[in-house]
Amino acid sequence: MRELEYPFNGEEILKKSKKIKRALMEVRTDFLEKRIAVLGGSTTHDIIRILELFLLDQGIRPLFYESEYAQYWQDVMFDNTALLEFAPDLIFIHTSNRNVTVYPSPSDREERVEELLLEQYEHFRAMWEKIAETYRCPVIQNNFEYPFYRLLGNQEAVYLQGRISFLNRLNEKFYQYARAHENFYIHDINYLSASYGLDKWADPLYWHMYKYACCMQAIPAFAHNLSKVVKAIFGKNKKALVLDLDNTLWGGVVGDDGPENLEIGQETPMGQVYAEFQGYIKAQKEIGVMLAVNSKNEYDNAIAGLNHPEGTIRPEDFVSIKANWEPKSGNMNAISQELNILPDSLVFVDDNPAEREIVRAQIPGAAAPEIGTPEQYIRVLDHGGFFEVTTLSEDDRKRSEMYRANQERSRQQERFADYHEYLLSLEMEGTIRPFEAVYMARIAQLTNKSNQFNLTTRRYTQSDIEGFAADQGYITRYGKLADKFGDNGVVSVVIGRVGSMEDVTVYRQGERPASGAGGDVLHLELWLMSCRVLKRDMEYAMMDSMVEAAAARGVKTILGYYYPTAKNAMVKEFYREMGFEKLEETDAGVTIWRFTIPNEYQKKNTVIAVNADV
Amino acid sequence: MSREEVFEKLNEVFRDVFDDEEITVTDATTADDIEEWDSLEHINLLAAVEQEFGMKFNMGQVVSMKNVGEMADIILAQIG
Repeated sequence: MRELEYPFNGEEILKKSKKIKRALMEVRTDFLEKRIAVLGGSTTHDIIRILELFLLDQGIRPLFYESEYAQYWQDVMFDNTALLEFAPDLIFIHTSNRNVTVYPSPSDREERVEELLLEQYEHFRAMWEKIAETYRCPVIQNNFEYPFYRLLGNQEAVYLQGRISFLNRLNEKFYQYARAHENFYIHDINYLSASYGLDKWADPLYWHMYKYACCMQAIPAFAHNLSKVVKAIFGKNKKALVLDLDNTLWGGVVGDDGPENLEIGQETPMGQVYAEFQGYIKAQKEIGVMLAVNSKNEYDNAIAGLNHPEGTIRPEDFVSIKANWEPKSGNMNAISQELNILPDSLVFVDDNPAEREIVRAQIPGAAAPEIGTPEQYIRVLDHGGFFEVTTLSEDDRKRSEMYRANQERSRQQERFADYHEYLLSLEMEGTIRPFEAVYMARIAQLTNKSNQFNLTTRRYTQSDIEGFAADQGYITRYGKLADKFGDNGVVSVVIGRVGSMEDVTVYRQGERPASGAGGDVLHLELWLMSCRVLKRDMEYAMMDSMVEAAAARGVKTILGYYYPTAKNAMVKEFYREMGFEKLEETDAGVTIWRFTIPNEYQKKNTVIAVNADV
Repeated sequence: MSREEVFEKLNEVFRDVFDDEEITVTDATTADDIEEWDSLEHINLLAAVEQEFGMKFNMGQVVSMKNVGEMADIILAQIG
């Protein structure tokens, strides 16, 4: 919704939140429900009110638990039935420098400062450890913003006794903890308050009147920034930047002015602005964002512009270049199909408001930010937070490379008359094994991101995934696939629960029974695959591995379930293709499929060399 | 700005904040007269009034303000 897109009018959002919420609830129905506990060290009422809007706008419907005023620590550390029963999917700890209880004084010796620092850190660390062991869900923790006055003036950050020094060192300890713990994320209010303006942010009126850690007017900026972390954790990040060229990546029109006359590079102030922007865009690749071009241009002119010697971005930085005279919304759909991602995971960057409007109207869910004038492009895209980083994974960094390898594969495919022969020529190697510690983050990420090749569309946190891995009642498999063009990383996940035939009544409703009953039926609770490896027979290899593991457990029958969503029609008949027979179809469109394990099971995969050993 | 104009604008702000098109405020209106006007909504209301008139209430004013009439007096004194 435009009202909630950066740059937004925070005061209008505060004033009209009820109206905005009503409108959001009307736009869509397919919300992802998440239970979020907000544990505050100051008032949280309006933070929750506005955070809800930003999350609804991202397709997440939050259910909130709100701690009593300033009870964040007590709520975690002491028995708390209400919070336990709430069973949060995420805990947000809203603390600020108002919650720092021990500051050094200028006369303290350095050893004393050290003790205080440790004491304050341990107060928080103990709470995080308790959360990890009791609630096993992701945690978002504010760092500390700077105080609004400085006793030591400009030396406040220099001397260890200064509050800024103390908070900087405390923050660094928080960051160290975050780097070492996978389910723990920092919400950077130190940066946010600086960006907002510390004097306004810290207006003491709001603390003394209402016990708010920041001023009321800053709450939309706060909630927006927080929502970026939340939606990223729940897999709602965008995936690709689709860029216009003329007056977006350079100044001027390449077809009219000629590539040699474009404004890009160090010669003019405007040229410098575009050069800095190109550098910013190119750097997006490093965090796994795919880049594409969508420009009204002759193809050759587009390439000539992208090869401008003063530019930093090059044609090979893009996974797709659409330079033609088609409507841009059509190109957006073509790009999403080519990359096997949904159109709503695209961010469209164009200086022309009319083009943005067309894309907004034609491609629901895709972002087309109001990027302003060239010198504002970076700030608008950056603060928009479309690609908020939660973990820097190898897979993310390599994503563009993987799509490039895919394109080479398609070219190779054209040379083979027989598809089987083509698959063999890829020299594929798969690794299919029970869930392992190093891949838990990636597996959880896949359950939140996969929409199309996903039979049950169950979303799990990393803690859930670790739970399945540790539970003897489950058979879990992840699948990695590599070939001569490159490594695709973890691309498939299957989770089965060993139980009895009676469990079908629960699954039919889309629910899951508790673990632990045992039996000779394997219920496939989750089966998903990344679309980047479609038609590579990876699903056969996964099937072989599940059948083998099931038979070893004494399982005779495997039951598969298909729960229809707006996005997974692709796998409606998947189990039939896997050799299952359809048992029933409910009014809601749920289908239930049976596979009886034969005495002599013939492996279905004949093209991937599978390695199941440690 | 006249007192009548201030009240016209205040009515708009109250209607937005409490999402109720029926609200009309007078000098004597207090939190007791509007069901949803609790201490939490009060903060939001003041922020919206400040935005509408481009002014700020100081802490002393926030603490002592008794009804919408007094609110209008403060606004008029500040914006002239």
